[in-house]
Amino acid sequence: MPADPTPHGSSPAGDPAAGATRAPAPGPDADADAPARAWARGDAPARLAQTALADLPWQVGVPKPDPVVVVDGVTRTFGGLTAVSVDHLEIQRGGITGLIGPNGAGKTTLFNLLTGFDQPNTGTWSFDGRPLGKLAPHQVARLGVVRTFQLTKALSRLTVLQNMLLGAKDQSGESFFKALLPTTWRGQEKANTEKALDLLRRFKLDAKKDDFAGTLSGGQRKLLEMARALMSDPKVVMLDEPMAGVNPALTQSLLGHVKDLREEGMSVIFVEHDMDVVRDISDWVVVMAAGRVIAEGPPESISQNKDVVDAYLGAHHDAPLTSEEEDRVLAESRAAIIAERAPAGTPSERTGL
Amino acid sequence: MTEFLDALQLGVRAMFAYQAVFFALLAIGLNLHFGYTGLLNFGQIAFAMLGGYGIAISVSQWGLPFGVGVLVGLGAAVVLALLLGLPTLRLRADYLGIVTIAAAEALRLLFRSVSATDLTGSTLGLQAFNGGFLALCPWTVAKRYDILGTRWSGAELWVITVGWTLVLLCSLLVFALMRSPWGRVLRAVREDEDAARALGKNVYAYKMQSLVLGGVFGALGGMVYAVGTGAVQPDQYQNANTFLAYGALILGGAARVLGPVIGAMLLWFIIAFSESGLTALVDSGVSFFGLFRLDEVFSTTDVSYARFVIIGLGIMLLMVFRPQGIIGDRREVMLDAR
Repeated sequence: MPADPTPHGSSPAGDPAAGATRAPAPGPDADADAPARAWARGDAPARLAQTALADLPWQVGVPKPDPVVVVDGVTRTFGGLTAVSVDHLEIQRGGITGLIGPNGAGKTTLFNLLTGFDQPNTGTWSFDGRPLGKLAPHQVARLGVVRTFQLTKALSRLTVLQNMLLGAKDQSGESFFKALLPTTWRGQEKANTEKALDLLRRFKLDAKKDDFAGTLSGGQRKLLEMARALMSDPKVVMLDEPMAGVNPALTQSLLGHVKDLREEGMSVIFVEHDMDVVRDISDWVVVMAAGRVIAEGPPESISQNKDVVDAYLGAHHDAPLTSEEEDRVLAESRAAIIAERAPAGTPSERTGL
Repeated sequence: MTEFLDALQLGVRAMFAYQAVFFALLAIGLNLHFGYTGLLNFGQIAFAMLGGYGIAISVSQWGLPFGVGVLVGLGAAVVLALLLGLPTLRLRADYLGIVTIAAAEALRLLFRSVSATDLTGSTLGLQAFNGGFLALCPWTVAKRYDILGTRWSGAELWVITVGWTLVLLCSLLVFALMRSPWGRVLRAVREDEDAARALGKNVYAYKMQSLVLGGVFGALGGMVYAVGTGAVQPDQYQNANTFLAYGALILGGAARVLGPVIGAMLLWFIIAFSESGLTALVDSGVSFFGLFRLDEVFSTTDVSYARFVIIGLGIMLLMVFRPQGIIGDRREVMLDAR
């Protein structure tokens, strides 16, 4: 039950400290859990983001001290369905922001809007103070906002190393005429290859570098996609369900990599359904339901938030019900959902968190 | 036995004739489109037609030198690629397929329409435009030459010399491009456009570059064909040729530099060998294991159809036993099946 209202010792396998010894102050327990990690070097960016966010009120649309992405009045409708309607949202620089919500809440649509894969009906959004409206996906990526996909997009018939090299930015060999003059890109290619091999070693994929990416397992593809995104030295990394379909051991390694991104000063926004993961690594959590941001705050605040619990479990979930009442409430909420999300939403969506 | 050797000789000759050059160049263009970029171009013959007619119209109708005709043909192919690509390359792959197949047929009908007679000569086409090309030939054009038992006219030899040089140069160009980062992006576009976009690649621009370059290869093929036959007629440029070129590409192996070249040579070997072989069999009145005589069920006029049946059978067998083509990479093809 991901959205258990009482915080307790829920932790992914292999990391027994997480959650069990929850820090009293609101804030992520990530660093408290792993003081021995090599990257824990004093005044790391993690702490900066964490302390910067510590005193903020737990309100929707609260201004952040140093926002890297600002969203204003963005709406996106598909026919009669409002998939996304976000009034104001700021993402803190150098932090890990978790984006959660039930299925159909508009998380992926918001990702698509932010990265130029979809255009909103109204609204503006900016990255580093630079408006991103009307930019094509590749332009957004070149600015330093890279994303991964919910359904992993490994380029199957390219080798792992070629996949990695594609991620590198500003390659002169990618222009048609310079491609014909190897001397213009050979040096750059060599440097990129070294960087790619370093990253592959970090992600433990170096043994696979000459294999076709299509032969990798699902989890390895997730790793490859993340590593590939890092080739461009992004400023903001947007991960769409990075842990979906990944076994617990690999989840731990992926979590470590996501934390490493923060240590290197990148801002991470990620969509995830597993609340343990969200509690473990987020500095700040944004909850969406039916296209709106219904709550935001540090991870501790979220599971106690009534709106959030209602969004996941339905209202009155904690009141003892007679079977007649149960039927009535079910019928009501079905009707409400149908009214809210017609025609695309179906009642069955509610059950699948 | 001598018939068999003759058929074999004719088959080998056809491997090097200008028709094989024509299909090799068409297929090299298709390899760039389909094999490397994942573009479905079903109207490659339109580019070839513009190449051939570019020379023919410039030289016979406008009186321009041969070299200018070549430039006109290449320019026309580039313009056609841009026109076809601009509206469709932002859409899903099948839209380009629809538009190219329609454009190829529309262009052919336009060129053979009566109202175009002044420019294209309508169904009669245009002749006498390759004088400037043959004048460049270092040997005597009218003489006949025997090479390894096959007879060639000087003009034919000159056409195939230039033709195979073009094939070599185009293959080298594709080879150089495909091992560069540019080629890597092209293959990434083939695998997944959205992934390429998310990595900051301007997918639209790359698809356009690929379409234009492959179209130019097609136009070069059309030029070789036009100077080889010495005349252009709209009906030489039936769209069936596009699909035969696809056949050559699949036969040789897609996404391999030499795949289309080997495929085109093999295609023409099969066509010529089966034609002369079948004709000889029918003429000599051989019986089919004593059951019936071949000429009872089969006339020599059927042979030209039968050779395409044989090509079709060959491709089907290839797909079953060797889906990657002659020189393709089996691992790569098997990944597709997932």
